[in-house]
This record gives sequence, structure tokens and C-alpha cells, in this order.
Amino acid sequence: MAEVLVLVDHASGKIRKATAELLTLARRLGEPSAVYVGPNAETAQVTLAKYGAHKVYVYDAADALEYLVAPQVEILTAVVEKTSPLAVLIPSNAAGKEIAARLAIRTESGVITDAVDVKPGGEGVETTQSVFAGSYSVTSTVTKGTAIVAVKPNSVAIEPAPAAGEVEKVDVTLSDAAKAVRIVESKPKAATGRPELTEAAIVVSGGRGTGGDFGPVEQFADSLGAAVGASRAAVDAGWYPHSNQVGQTGKQVSPQLYVAAGISGAIQHRAGMQTSKTIVAVNKDEEAPIFELVDFGVVGDLFTVLPQATEAVKKAKG
Amino acid sequence: MNIVVCVKYVPDAQSDRTFNEADNTTDREGVEGLLSELDEYAVEEALKLAEAGEGEVTVVTVGPEQAVAAVKKALQMGADKAVHVSDEAIHGSDAAATSLILAEAVKKAAGGETPQLVLTGMSSTDGVMGVVPAMLAERLGLPQVTYASELTIDGDKVSIRRDGDAASETIESTLPALVSVTDQINEPRYPSFKGIMAAKKKPVETWTLADLGVDAGQVGLDAAWTKVTAFAKRPPREQGQLVTDEGDGGTKLAEFLSAQKFL
Repeated sequence: MAEVLVLVDHASGKIRKATAELLTLARRLGEPSAVYVGPNAETAQVTLAKYGAHKVYVYDAADALEYLVAPQVEILTAVVEKTSPLAVLIPSNAAGKEIAARLAIRTESGVITDAVDVKPGGEGVETTQSVFAGSYSVTSTVTKGTAIVAVKPNSVAIEPAPAAGEVEKVDVTLSDAAKAVRIVESKPKAATGRPELTEAAIVVSGGRGTGGDFGPVEQFADSLGAAVGASRAAVDAGWYPHSNQVGQTGKQVSPQLYVAAGISGAIQHRAGMQTSKTIVAVNKDEEAPIFELVDFGVVGDLFTVLPQATEAVKKAKG
Repeated sequence: MNIVVCVKYVPDAQSDRTFNEADNTTDREGVEGLLSELDEYAVEEALKLAEAGEGEVTVVTVGPEQAVAAVKKALQMGADKAVHVSDEAIHGSDAAATSLILAEAVKKAAGGETPQLVLTGMSSTDGVMGVVPAMLAERLGLPQVTYASELTIDGDKVSIRRDGDAASETIESTLPALVSVTDQINEPRYPSFKGIMAAKKKPVETWTLADLGVDAGQVGLDAAWTKVTAFAKRPPREQGQLVTDEGDGGTKLAEFLSAQKFL
């Protein structure tokens, strides 16, 4: 069976959910192998094997993580050249998409980003993307080289499928070019205890209507165990960090439930949330375009509606 | 310092964007187009750098005839000169082919050399893949310093701030380099009346693939490494239930969530 490589997204050996999703998807195409860059591979190996990695290619020198993108590209290129896989699956985040891009040029292979589905097709690996602010669904096939596909989080339900997870060291010496762009300082963001925006099953977002007070939005989010998002207007006003922005120039999320509070629903915002399964909105303006998308909408003041809903949710959950 | 900014002409996101039935490519004629909003940040950053020191800003675009509007807008903002690569054979090019054409155009625009600084936006607003900056860096053999929300040049060193999900990073490289910028980096200027008048006299060069020495067989729809096999308009969402808050809006919201098994 053809080998399918999955680039592991992790924090010091702790596997991110997206990696387990990629291993689950990879099994549709062939036999998954993981490519792990960084220290603590032995911690990761257990989880990777659990989700179906037959092999775990490891580059464990710490230097790879001091530089931007290029080391991962060199390591992946080496593994691709050695194993001639059918496909390489990479998490579709900022770094992942750029790794995919450079790998594609280096190996003369077709690349697809932001895929929400991957499956075997008649002419090659077939992908589905959601485009033009979620208004179209596009099916594409990679017709050249190894299919390099960056897949969005939440694209598939994780299924364990224990495999050997046999560790194989990758013997690469990073070139000087790979070390050109150095990460000289990294300030971790304060932990909120909330799930990550792109991975969360529920997202509660606030916009201009919050007037800068995200208290009711955060409290409602916490009652639901949700991530907190923000519209561009709220981020531009300095009310919430850019890393929480949902929209065309922020994160594209596709949770089970999306709650928009005090967000009008401009195209810029819709581009980031339109494919959510269930959409709920609270807005004072009954003409707000966001109401065209909702499964349930409350025309009202978020400062009274959200606290009341928060109490009711807490009560219902006991 | 010579700065080359790569920009894209895109269908207006406010209009009803669609595809050509014949070949599944993006429809660039049936809808109003403009300079991609995210590229305005790259143009603005280039202008600020040039204004702060010596330098010249060249904008480069690849696209059909009407795409010249993208570089003209950049000239109105204050860029010094523009290049428009236009050739029928380019139609349907994928990101990889676009990066190939851009790489040759950037080199030619900089007099056959690699410019000190290549600036781009973080992604286009139509394709939104965000891969062309990385591909272009790979083609030009340049370090890529991407998603800058702050940019500082000091001698032959470039330093950016990159806001990731887990951390805010400071990233450094030596020049020459390719830098992509986010919409957090600045506030793009509107062209002034003076700028609009001045732009009419600024040079716009139009180059074909032959001018760049790019073989037409390497680009376009037939040479693409990926193929769009189908597109489908997502059915509009059916409008759900709307209630007006009469003191019980929050309760009703919680009831809906409970009925949908979210609680």
C-alpha cells in the first residue's frame, strides 16, 4: 500500500488534535507515516502509533525549531525523496501552508491548501475546498508529483487505529539557507484555559456591539466550554487580540456551533465562519446581515441576552 | 534600497464571485475587479520604507489586461514604477506557475538581480491560499520572513514581529529577503488627488512571457499541477428562527441550544 506522510503539529512532544485528524484522513489514501521534527519524539510516538502511524520519521535535533519553516521543508523533502509517498498531509495553518508551498516547488508537486476533505480519486488525490467566503465548494485533483495537501482542522472525526509506529531517524544536515530566518524571541501568550479557536467545537464571538466589553461574551463561552472569537471591527478597535480574529484576514473556523454576538455579519466576517454547522446570533439590529445565516437569532441587547443565556446554560448543565 | 512589491488584481469580494463554466477558472471578467485589499498593506509598507530612506518602489502584477488597474492604484498611492505581466498563455495558471512568472518578473524589474527586499501581502482575497509568497521565496532562493505585523530594517538586517496562536515571535533575517505583511502592520493611505495626477506620468511596463524568457508551456491551465474538477454553489442557508428579546431572549437561546443537544 502506498505510503502517506503526515507532518506532525506538536508542542514539545504533545500532539495537536489536527495531527490525529490527518492520520485518520491519511488512512483513506494509504498507509500513514508521521514526520516528527523536534525533541520529545518518544512522547509523541505513543500517540502517533495510536492513531495509525506505521512509521514515525524523526528529526530530533533542537535546531530545527529555531528557524522559520525552511528546516521542516528540508526534512520533509528528504523523507519524500526517500519514500516516494502518494501524498503529504500538513495542517493548514500559517506555517503549514508555507511548508506545503515550498515543498511543492522543491519536489515539483501540486499543492492544495485549506482542504476540508481528502479522498482517493480516479486521476489522483481528490480534495474539497470551501472558497469565495464559503459560497462555493470546489473539488480539485493533484495531477503532478506527490499530492501535497494542507488540511483544515475539524475536517474529520478522529478515529484511533493502532499501528506499529516504528521510529526511523531522518539523517539530514540542515543547509545554511534553512537557517537564514531565525526566531530570536518568542513570548508565549497568556493561557486562557479555553480551547484553541480553530479546533473548538463551539465558538462564541463578539463584535462592534460589545463596545469593548467582552465580559458577557467570555462568560457565555465559558459556560459552553467554547473558544472566544472576535470580528475585525473589534480587533481593529484594540478590544481583542488579532489571534482571535474570525474572518477573511483572521481564522476560518467551522465549528459545530458558532455564536455571533454584536456582529453585523459583513462579508469579511462571513468568510471566516459561514461553514459552521449551526449558527446563532444576538444583535440589536434586526436588519443585520448575520441574521440571514442563522439557525436561531435573538434581536436584542447582548448585555442582557448573553448573561441570561449564561445562567440558563449553567443551570441546564447542573 | 530597491523594493519590489508583488500585487494581485482580484474580483471584488463584495460582488458575486464565481467561476467560468468552460474551464473551472475564476471569473475575472464578469465581476468588478480591484487591487487585492491585503496587498495595499504591502504597498503602504514599501512606501513608508522608501520615504524613510533612499529607495525606489516597483510594483509587479501578473494578470489579464484589466489587471493593470492593480498596479495603477499602487502608483496612485505613491509607488515609483510598475510592471504588468500579461500574456494569453497565463490564463488558468496555478500558484506554482504564478510564482515562476513573478520570480522572473521580479528579477527583471530589479535589473536582472535579486532586489534587496521583496514585499507581498499575506494572501490574495480570491484564492486565499497564501502560498505564493513562500513559493516566490523558494524560486528566488530568498529567506522568507512572513506574516509580519511589524517590520524593521536595520542595515542589512530585517526584523519582524509575527503574532502566532501560541506566541508572539520576533524573527530576524539578513537582506535580501522576501517579507509578507498582515493587515495589522499599517493603515494603507488613500491616493491623494496629487497622487492620482502624478500616477498618470509614471511608467508602466507591459511584459509578455517571451520578455521574461518563460516558456509558455510551463504556465497556464494545461501546465497546472492541480486541476479543479468541479465547483458547486453552496445552497443558501435557510433562515432559521428569529425571536425578539422581550425579557426572555437569553432563556430562549439556551432552550434552542438544549434542543440541539449542545448542552
